[in-house]
Amino acid sequence: MSNLWVIAKREFAHYFVSILAYAAAFMIFLIVGILFFINNWGAAQQGSPPDTRSMFGPLAFLMLFAIPALTMRLLSEEQKTGTLELMLTAPLRDWELVAGKWLGAYAFMLVVLIVSLGFPLTLHMLTQPAGIEQGPLWASYLGLALMVGAMLAVGLMASAVTENQVVALLISFAVLIAFWLIGSPSSLLGGWMGNTLDYLDISNHFYNNFYRGVINTVDIVYYVSLMIVPLYIATQFVSSRRWR
Amino acid sequence: MIQVEDLTKRYGSFLAVDKINFHAEKGEIVGFLGPNGAGKTTTMRILTGFMPPSEGRATVAGFDVFNESLEVRKRVGYLPESVPLYTDMTVYEYLTFMGELRKVADREERIEETMDAVKITDRADTFISHLSKGYRQRVGLAQALLHHPEVLILDEPTIGLDPAQVVEVRNLIKDVGKDRTVMLSTHILTEAQNICNRVLIINKGQIVAEDSPARLQARLAGADRVRVKVSGDGTGIHGSLEGLPGVTRVNKVSDGEFEIETKPGQDVRPEVARRIVNGGWGLLELRYVGMSLEDIFLQLTRDEVEVAQ
Ligand SMILES: Nc1ncnc2c1ncn2[C@@H]1O[C@H](COP(=O)(O)OP(=O)(O)OP(=O)(O)O)[C@@H](O)[C@H]1O
Ligand SMILES: [Mg+2]
Repeated sequence: MSNLWVIAKREFAHYFVSILAYAAAFMIFLIVGILFFINNWGAAQQGSPPDTRSMFGPLAFLMLFAIPALTMRLLSEEQKTGTLELMLTAPLRDWELVAGKWLGAYAFMLVVLIVSLGFPLTLHMLTQPAGIEQGPLWASYLGLALMVGAMLAVGLMASAVTENQVVALLISFAVLIAFWLIGSPSSLLGGWMGNTLDYLDISNHFYNNFYRGVINTVDIVYYVSLMIVPLYIATQFVSSRRWR
Repeated sequence: MIQVEDLTKRYGSFLAVDKINFHAEKGEIVGFLGPNGAGKTTTMRILTGFMPPSEGRATVAGFDVFNESLEVRKRVGYLPESVPLYTDMTVYEYLTFMGELRKVADREERIEETMDAVKITDRADTFISHLSKGYRQRVGLAQALLHHPEVLILDEPTIGLDPAQVVEVRNLIKDVGKDRTVMLSTHILTEAQNICNRVLIINKGQIVAEDSPARLQARLAGADRVRVKVSGDGTGIHGSLEGLPGVTRVNKVSDGEFEIETKPGQDVRPEVARRIVNGGWGLLELRYVGMSLEDIFLQLTRDEVEVAQ
């Protein structure tokens, strides 16, 4: 088994004994479930077709809070308890450690997303024979999965910076909020500056396209870059211990 | 197996390890002995690839610790001083995890074997967070031994163990050391004396003495101490004895009790007795104490310059 998988497996398993992880998942399902029910109940009363967007809107937004909480300990704790010394003296490359942690967290979040499929599937069954629109559903899931991967990388990067979990949480939350809002002033600025800010915005790529059922390479490239760059920076932070 | 040349480590401007040189061969158990802050952990961290040297060079099993760190790490078993462990895992899970990272062949067998060797088999399914300090130490040791490393680096391996376990771990290290290279750090002289073939005494980042434990002791065996006890509080004795030829230091132990350190090979007892009696103090006791390894250690790490020659 490659080192990457060994690390990923451990992190993945850790979430299943972590109260914090259960609490975060529970909050997500609770809030999303309530909104989803209210919206579709209302829609049904007015005779409008069922809509899964009422789930993806809040689900994407809640990730802003859930992901910093779920990533804060990944590398901070290792620094605090000294287990990083164990990892850095094991025959394991620094990037394998970092990428393995990310992969473990990603696997857990994918489980959360898969469980959340229960909502649209229930809706689909209840609205037979018409059912729900499949295109936007799967596009949204793809977009969400990509966005979550990018956000996890940001959270992991914050956790590489400090041994203090609370500080890591605040850093990743601040960075994610910044990426979430950075596109807002774009309409005021216009021109190439506006376009750049729009491109950098982490929520735009989701809400403007995947959410509407549109899959663009540009958006995929954006999210994949936002996975790679923070992971690279996190690796540099871990490695810097070897130079200092 | 381990070659260290002019190894230096600075933390900022603070010199933690100052141009040390040593080597350790296969089948050797080398003890790293020194007071707090001497630079033992720092040196070991460099050898295990955790941090780079500021200057100088170190190779382990022929590989440079900085440039070929991964090769070094494959061959080293390391017990860090703070014994960091994943406390959310059980002992068995933890050893499995480390075994996977270390690509241990016949992992399950090796884990059983190692758990047996350090006597933690009965705790295999206990969460590490529930283990006592001594048990954690053993788990850390198991982790270091798991992959049959050519080189073992153990930072204070017996600290926190009960006396029976200390003996067992020492025997285990001796056993392992027969066909491998072991480097361990300790504050305990008897430990170094007990299990090491060679002792390096390090102080303030410098190696102040290096020899087999027996020769180290013999070399300094001449240095002596004498204890005297007088009636009353013995005011004035200090000054009177300090001037004696052969006396290097007079320490007051308690009221009326003094300890006299002398140059090696000089018996100052007759002269001390004469002075005390002539001075009018009531001599109650005059006793030769000799010099223990503890004293040698203290002396070496106190005035390293004198003894290093
Ligand atoms: N990361 C660090 N940053 C700054 N100074 C450090 C660091 N680590 C160690 N030092 C300093 O370097 C010196 C040597 O420390 P080291 O831990 O190597 O000593 P030691 O011989 O292992 O001591 P002990 O017996 O207490 O474990 C100490 O003065 C210590 O304060
Ligand atoms: Mg130390």
